[in-house]
Amino acid sequence: MSTPVAPAPRHDPETVLDVRGLVTSFPGPNHRLAVVDGVDLTLARGETLALVGESGCGKSLTALSILRLVPKPGRIDRGTVRLGARDLRALPVTELRRVRGHEISMIFQEPMTSLNPVVTAGKQVVEAIRLHERVSSTQARRRALTLFEQVGIPDPASRLNAYPHQLSGGMKQRVMIAMALAARPSVLIADEPTTALDVTIQGQILDLLRELRDQLGTAILLITHDLGIVNELADRIAVMYAGHLVEVGTRRDILAAPRHPYTQGLLRSIPARAQRGERLAEIAGVVPPPGQWPTGCRFAPRCTRAFEPCTRLDPGPTRLSANHTAWCHAVAQEEGSSPVGGVPA
Amino acid sequence: MSENGGDVLLRVEGLRTWFPIRAGVLQRTVGHVRAVDGVDLSVPRGRTLALVGESGCGKTTVGRSILRLVEPTGGRVCFEGVDLLTLPKPALRPYRRAIQIVFQDPLGSLDPRMRIRDVVAEGMNAFRIGANERERTDRVAELLRHVRLDPSQMTRYPHELSGGQRQRVCIARALALGPKLLICDEAVSALDVSIQAQILNLLRDLQVELGLSYLFITHDLGVVRYLADRVAVMYLGQIVEDAATETLFADPQHPYTQALLSAVPSVDPGRRGMAVHLRGDVPSPATPPTGCRFHTRCPVVFERCRTETPPLYPVQEGGSRCFLSDPAARPSAEPPARA
Repeated sequence: MSTPVAPAPRHDPETVLDVRGLVTSFPGPNHRLAVVDGVDLTLARGETLALVGESGCGKSLTALSILRLVPKPGRIDRGTVRLGARDLRALPVTELRRVRGHEISMIFQEPMTSLNPVVTAGKQVVEAIRLHERVSSTQARRRALTLFEQVGIPDPASRLNAYPHQLSGGMKQRVMIAMALAARPSVLIADEPTTALDVTIQGQILDLLRELRDQLGTAILLITHDLGIVNELADRIAVMYAGHLVEVGTRRDILAAPRHPYTQGLLRSIPARAQRGERLAEIAGVVPPPGQWPTGCRFAPRCTRAFEPCTRLDPGPTRLSANHTAWCHAVAQEEGSSPVGGVPA
Repeated sequence: MSENGGDVLLRVEGLRTWFPIRAGVLQRTVGHVRAVDGVDLSVPRGRTLALVGESGCGKTTVGRSILRLVEPTGGRVCFEGVDLLTLPKPALRPYRRAIQIVFQDPLGSLDPRMRIRDVVAEGMNAFRIGANERERTDRVAELLRHVRLDPSQMTRYPHELSGGQRQRVCIARALALGPKLLICDEAVSALDVSIQAQILNLLRDLQVELGLSYLFITHDLGVVRYLADRVAVMYLGQIVEDAATETLFADPQHPYTQALLSAVPSVDPGRRGMAVHLRGDVPSPATPPTGCRFHTRCPVVFERCRTETPPLYPVQEGGSRCFLSDPAARPSAEPPARA
């Protein structure tokens, strides 16, 4: 388990979401397996933080943990999740329900399965509005219409009466976004918001998210495996591997000057970056499943730069600049600090 | 289409695959979904042609029509000079061996109750390759080594393998019959990027080792740029542009290709927010727009596009289905500056 250390404790009034030492586990054959293992994240007002990694690294589960939506038999074991002044983990369920959707909301990857197929799109948005505000149904309908216009649904008045199957994929994702924004949340969690969409439609949705962030100051936690989308939208990037954060930095830090061997390997294996005719860089092997995570650095068995301490000691954070941190023994050695991170929380 | 007089393994001409729309108690045909509506393309021997387009453009139907997994409505599919669409089913069998297909979802295309050995050997049984079980098992081991899998995996079931390993099994199964053409339908799209790199490298190695030709069907332009020799861009059942890969990426001619290329988010931190985004959605292939099929979303549309259908004009050893590519019209008309 990594030392829960983090970007310097900022008591910034601009910080809207502050996650510390988050541990979420599932039962394994012998003991519980921490699938999210000591994750720290902060998100400032109007900021977009991208959480990236390959499937099974724990990025979606981190998002679900923030909202306390971890499916059973999963469980949050440790950590704090501060939204504004409140710790979401300590809230009673009734209050938590009010916070969800109101101050923090989420859009999921598959708009097809997240909408109720037998209720019109308009009615679903009206429902979301009236859950959080005491308004008449006429007023709520008017709000829904405005939201539809805001998210760029063409012919919004007639689309209010459409059933989900009558809408295209891009349109359904817009309805989801309209619903998520109904209460003007300060934080929006977007889990692979464009993965199910075509590239020309994806562009429209990215534009929309950018606009909302700029106009409403919504902070976005963007979860994706697509580094192109990350480059388009993110201010900062957090890279996850096997339940751990391995590198956190600004968009330029991570995409232009990554330091962790995993981040470097990930960027090198993108075909769009490679020269034609050149072999793609591979990361040997596969991401091990949670029960088979090695001791020490979890990336060590696949790492080309692994050396003595890597298979023995969990690497602590190495601070490279105010915003850039990597959890890697090799980086620590390059930086001349002791192999085990000694940066206090 | 340009051929450069080269050795063409597969040539598709005027391929049409329409699906009837039935309605009413009598299930009368009331219209057609024109999934593929006049497609020409050719795959040179030992080379890779990428067929790109967004969902619903008909690219998967093209792949299936070539193998007659769906019956085309019209056109020609010439494999080594023989039109597969005119052959009776029994005569088609050897071609089913020479053309193999690899799908996107490896788990969905492997029988969960069959061991890897039997999955790979199934086609050999069907085509009576190998004298006995033992010989076939040896051949399976060899094929697994070919796709960089340990032959000891033979006794496993598909669910025991990772996504990348499963896709290797699908490739081994396709290779078992000694194909000349491999149709890869989004074969790497569902894989994580580090695993995708492994499979792309494998496909390239196999092409060199075995002289395979690929028809690579995908929506991922990054993969296309890396792997393909030629690219055909599809929109609403038709090819709108066809060019050599470098040419297409350096100087796209058709407004749809331009929009598609610009919409792909770059991973270069120095470039962002440079995309020109298309408005609207792809129209239904049951009621395609009149004139140019792209005119409802085209940023440089003009009057003629709404009424007349542009042919595939020859440009740069390829073609572009856009009036702006018409060499005759270019000097006179009003071509607005390209974005």
